[in-house]
Amino acid sequence: MEEIKVGVYICHCGLNIAGTVDVEEVARYAQGLPSVVVARDYRYMCSDPGQALIKDDIKNFGLNRVVVASCSPRMHEPTFRRACQDAGLNPYLFEHANIREHCSWVHDDRQIATEKAKDLVRAAVRRVYYHEPLEIKERPLNPNVLVVGGGIAGIQAALDIANGEHRVYLVEKEPSIGGHMAQLDRTFPTLDCSECILTPKMTEVGQHPFITLLAYSEVEEVLGSVGNFKVKVRKKARYVDEEKCTGCGVCEEKCPWKVDSEFEVGIGKRGVIYLPFAQAIPHVATIDKERCVYFLKGKCRACEKFCDAKAIDFEQEDEIIELEAGSIILTTGYDLFDAGRIPQYGYGRYDNVLTALEFERMTCAAGPTEGKILLRDGRQPESAAIIHCVGSRDENYHEYCSRVCCMYGLKYAHLIKENTQAEVYQMYIDMRCFGEGFEEFYRRVCDEGVNFIRGKVAKVTDVALTEEEQGKLIAIAEDTLLGRIVRVPVDMVILCPALEPRSDAEDVAKLFTINRRADGFFMERHVKLDPVATATEGVFIAGCCEGPKDIPDTVAQASAAAAKALSVISRGRVVIEPTIAQVNEALCQACGRCEEICDFHAPKVISKDGVRVSSVDAALCKGCGACAVVCPTGAMSIRHSTREQINSMVEALLEV
Amino acid sequence: MAEFEPKIIAFCCNWCTYAAADIAGTSRIHYPANVRIVRVMCSGMVDPIYILKAFEMGADGVLVAGCHEADCHYLNGPLKCDAMFEKLKKVVNVLGLEEERLRREMIAAAEAPIFAELIEEMVKQLKKLGPSPFRERVKV
Repeated sequence: MEEIKVGVYICHCGLNIAGTVDVEEVARYAQGLPSVVVARDYRYMCSDPGQALIKDDIKNFGLNRVVVASCSPRMHEPTFRRACQDAGLNPYLFEHANIREHCSWVHDDRQIATEKAKDLVRAAVRRVYYHEPLEIKERPLNPNVLVVGGGIAGIQAALDIANGEHRVYLVEKEPSIGGHMAQLDRTFPTLDCSECILTPKMTEVGQHPFITLLAYSEVEEVLGSVGNFKVKVRKKARYVDEEKCTGCGVCEEKCPWKVDSEFEVGIGKRGVIYLPFAQAIPHVATIDKERCVYFLKGKCRACEKFCDAKAIDFEQEDEIIELEAGSIILTTGYDLFDAGRIPQYGYGRYDNVLTALEFERMTCAAGPTEGKILLRDGRQPESAAIIHCVGSRDENYHEYCSRVCCMYGLKYAHLIKENTQAEVYQMYIDMRCFGEGFEEFYRRVCDEGVNFIRGKVAKVTDVALTEEEQGKLIAIAEDTLLGRIVRVPVDMVILCPALEPRSDAEDVAKLFTINRRADGFFMERHVKLDPVATATEGVFIAGCCEGPKDIPDTVAQASAAAAKALSVISRGRVVIEPTIAQVNEALCQACGRCEEICDFHAPKVISKDGVRVSSVDAALCKGCGACAVVCPTGAMSIRHSTREQINSMVEALLEV
Repeated sequence: MAEFEPKIIAFCCNWCTYAAADIAGTSRIHYPANVRIVRVMCSGMVDPIYILKAFEMGADGVLVAGCHEADCHYLNGPLKCDAMFEKLKKVVNVLGLEEERLRREMIAAAEAPIFAELIEEMVKQLKKLGPSPFRERVKV
């Protein structure tokens, strides 16, 4: 066997490490460790000159192992592996010791931190001794992209990719794409109409030759990995033949049963067979099976009688569609916080306490009131209060800021001023108007004579204390600028609820094996430097599933995710991670325990030249290592996480 | 005599707890330096041999920490780890080690403060327990 020659590099990371760890002392110590040929410390190992140190030493000293002690391997392991590779060394002959995140940044005693850094370096040097060069193979990939969620984020991402002439499968769980944006009236700060900018994009999706739209469908299973995801989608039965339905709407008109419309958030009605809204894409009807009298009682079929296209099909069944994709973009959006969870605001109890989305539908010309701002009794309000931060910036509900409420709150004030004579009160904690044209819009609304009260509303009540308050809703808050309690009697109260993670975000995260943050939104790989990637290679996120954001930010993020997905598939092939299970056939007794425990069906006991042994399918194995743990003979091991490698670290860490 | 400083080996899953420890770093959440983290790709990858090796080498405590069930990068790693752990716990008892020296926790990437608190708590507990009875033997 060739002599092992290790080079060790201790990074100062400016003062991030050197401020707490005596890096020169650690380098001196490393120089004395067995197999170490050269040990150095340098200000920024990740910089070009830092990497050049490694490359030069590999050539000059004939190094065949490299250890860098710096930040987390989750940050720069790929950087240093590349440096090794550039100098002709197999990238897997590198080991990373984390002396920043796990040492200098969490301890302040210089001596203790230095000793810990020495331990970590010693363990890395010991481990790297046992590293083996691994062959990096590539395999062809499937150039399709799956986009999950058909709101503005999914629409944008799908169009960006499809315009590059790559096949996109766009899966949307509702009967139509459009998402929350389709429900909005006008968009801040430009006040352009949401439908006018969204519906052309929706139509483009519906007609695009490179987009396969699977609406009223949900992803049920995701197998495989980057480049070769295998996905099962359940296309729910609409009980309407999509090919035949012309979307004429006669069925809905003739349907004798009317229920609350989800699209109109309860302030409008729809038929039990329905088009969710006038511009729905796909433009076909859907029967709400749960509430259809024919399905419940076996009688009616009115829609069928009036359908000229003969599109109604009560026998239709859910369909399972299997598709393949090279990368996946999740754009699953958000739920609105249920304002009823804060009972003191009276939502659900007082008629004229509305949520933002209800008000949005009310101001929309195509909405149930045809754009008229009305109280429940049909009168115009003489005054309205807009209550900010309902469930946001509140440690009882969500600590984060929902980022859009200040601006749409201002928009509402403007719309009320424009369409009625009402006095408007903004009741806010802070006005956060940070985007392009936002501050200007804020100024404009201030000049329109809107009242701003800085204070979180404690309560909305109808208990009047004065004559002026009779018959009104009274919003009570502490005005923190005046330092006193104010009671604001109004006719209408509009609540601005938080944007929160979808109620099924946990299931979706599990389905696509991605992580969630503490606030429940999907977690990006790196908050600053990799904001649309996830921990799972080939799965990207965009829009409000990643956190509250407005339309411009959502669209920008969706295009970013599309670019990322395109960069995966346009390469045409994908690297097969070599860090997967391998079988030592001499030790294997073909007991099959590996096959039993594997969730990916990677190991299988096969007959090889008449001998039964386990064999691992490299395309399926994810390298989780469960098979190696249950293997009774030690025949199964995981490349780059072998028993020798891990045990050697444990030994090295404890032997001093 | 200097106060007894326990040594803890923590096997942390790359995707969750290792990331939580990274975020503890970036958030400058301090915790005792008694812990040495060994990165593994999944808590389900932790072989009982690693844990026994750690005790043999004189570790005062061993932590196996990874994703919550729902977060697993490999579907069911935490369940597999739990199954291994239940068996191993009995072995550890037979060896004459206190049960508290072996900990199994689920800490998500976002739960950096929980990671720091856990290390603090383990150090406190191990200080109470005193050095591992195996510490001396390895020094022959």
